[in-house]
Amino acid sequence: MESDKKPLSTTAARDRILTCTSVALLLAFLYYADNHFSEYNLRILNNIAIFIVLAVSYNLINGVTGQFSLEPNAFMAVGAYTSAILTLSPEEKLRSFIIEPIVWPLSEISLSFPVSLLAAGLVTAFVALLMAIPVFRVRGDYLAIVTLGFGEVIQVVANNLVPLTNGPLGIKGLQPYTNLWWSWGFCVFSVFCIVRLVNSSYGRSMKAVREDEAAAEAMGINAFRIKTLAFTFSAFFEGVAGGMLAHLITTISPSLFTFLLTFNLLIIIVIGGLGSTTGSILAAAIITWSGEWLRVVEEPLNIFGFSYEGIPGMRMVIFSMLLILAMLFAPKGIMGRSEFRWKGLFDRVAAVCRSRRAG
Amino acid sequence: MDRPLFRTEDLTVFFGGLCALNKLDVEIGRGEIIGLIGPNGAGKTTAFNAITGSVRASSGRIIFKEQDITQWPTPRIARSGIARTFQNIRLYDDLSLIENVMVACHSSVKYSFVEAITGLGRFSRDELRIRQKAESLLELMGLMDSAKAKARSLPYGSQRKLEIARALALNPDLLLLDEPVAGMNPNETMEMGELLVKLHSEMKIAVGLIDHDMGFVMRVCHKIRVIDHGIPIAWGTPEQIRSNEQVIRAYLGSG
Repeated sequence: MESDKKPLSTTAARDRILTCTSVALLLAFLYYADNHFSEYNLRILNNIAIFIVLAVSYNLINGVTGQFSLEPNAFMAVGAYTSAILTLSPEEKLRSFIIEPIVWPLSEISLSFPVSLLAAGLVTAFVALLMAIPVFRVRGDYLAIVTLGFGEVIQVVANNLVPLTNGPLGIKGLQPYTNLWWSWGFCVFSVFCIVRLVNSSYGRSMKAVREDEAAAEAMGINAFRIKTLAFTFSAFFEGVAGGMLAHLITTISPSLFTFLLTFNLLIIIVIGGLGSTTGSILAAAIITWSGEWLRVVEEPLNIFGFSYEGIPGMRMVIFSMLLILAMLFAPKGIMGRSEFRWKGLFDRVAAVCRSRRAG
Repeated sequence: MDRPLFRTEDLTVFFGGLCALNKLDVEIGRGEIIGLIGPNGAGKTTAFNAITGSVRASSGRIIFKEQDITQWPTPRIARSGIARTFQNIRLYDDLSLIENVMVACHSSVKYSFVEAITGLGRFSRDELRIRQKAESLLELMGLMDSAKAKARSLPYGSQRKLEIARALALNPDLLLLDEPVAGMNPNETMEMGELLVKLHSEMKIAVGLIDHDMGFVMRVCHKIRVIDHGIPIAWGTPEQIRSNEQVIRAYLGSG
């Protein structure tokens, strides 16, 4: 027994050291980026972090628990408005809310950024809980319909509940609190939380519900509770991500949170591999980054004497083609349902070395 | 005499106007192996579904450990000690064998999701406990060698065994097996019979069993309930059933 246990714990220790080292490397990179990168590149890095949070939490309900839902844009709106209203200073509120002044208690309140993010997460999680209770009582695809509808409702509310949201004018003049440390710090935190949850008995139950709900219930799993947990949990992170995004772009309006956001995230988690957290992270980073990088094709170019005027919207054409290619050649996404493991990496490297030597 | 562990009283299930099960009475005592047989479409699986709560009984009662469980939701029935397998194998295909079994241990997990995320409190101890339990069950069913393989990669007979391992992880007092030897060769059937006897003698688990392999049913069951078109037609020991006129007529026709 003793000898059986020892190698296990040493590999576990090795993996832990490697994980800590890579987080330290990430920190070093962020420090470098913070001091040397241009404003534009910093914005991309921040966006990547926020989209990783969104993709990973969206994947928890859609991929891991297998409950098709279309909620991220709605929950981001809830989180963004909550944190924006809470951080704005009373003077700024007086200046911005020109159609109708903001309702009383909120007009006086001005909280710090981290507290407002926490509030954004909690409010969003509460909204998710209210939706989950009726929706998960019945089996079927009601979640997709309800969340899609909620996304539309939230836009109508944001446009018309002027004393709270300032209507179509939106909320301007937010402090740009979100920097690399906030966005990436929260990114690491949320990935850590979700990975731990997925690898616990709760995560296994979520997967069991995805694989066969009736068989999961026959094994004593309360599917209603597990689905509610997954949905509320992902809502919390989506709400905080919404708050981060609000303080990154400093202006929010109802038109920012359209269904297109959800659609992009859906592409991300499908390309990454539905159900794989690693895949969601990779795809979120790649697609967010390439979305910016591909702007090149929309600008005038001059290659070897050929002049190309640049076609607006060309980016989206390329994206669609990439998506079609992905569906043709990697229908299960980048990672399928597997996850990154240090052991898997070592095994792969060893295999490549061996084949090199043999070849 | 002891009160039986489990009994149904006039258990009736209607699907619309179709009576799938009509006034079924079955008693299973602690440590007994009871067979439920009948021609195709007789309502055997419906009976199991009604007992485990996945189909609602139209009337009648189901009593388990002196409690009326007729209206309980499925997960609660499972946690109270009734585990089942499925006729058309229903594993969590994309999970590994060990995970399949550990899922069924979830009801005994005491840590909260906050403890799961932080890794504090009861998390490590509980996780180790259910892992060891799952390993010992896989060992018992002879599946430990492929513990990390995905359930869908298993051959058919092993999938049936994995279903039983998963059901046993619930620590059941009553195990309902829906055609455990269907599609198995004589050797595998023999093994399964030995296994049932072992479960019965070592763990004192009561077993309810559906199967079409009469030799197997007659060999392992203490008592047998025969139903036809939803209607119970006979109840008795294997010898009594073998010579029962009505049973022979149900299976072979009245000629």
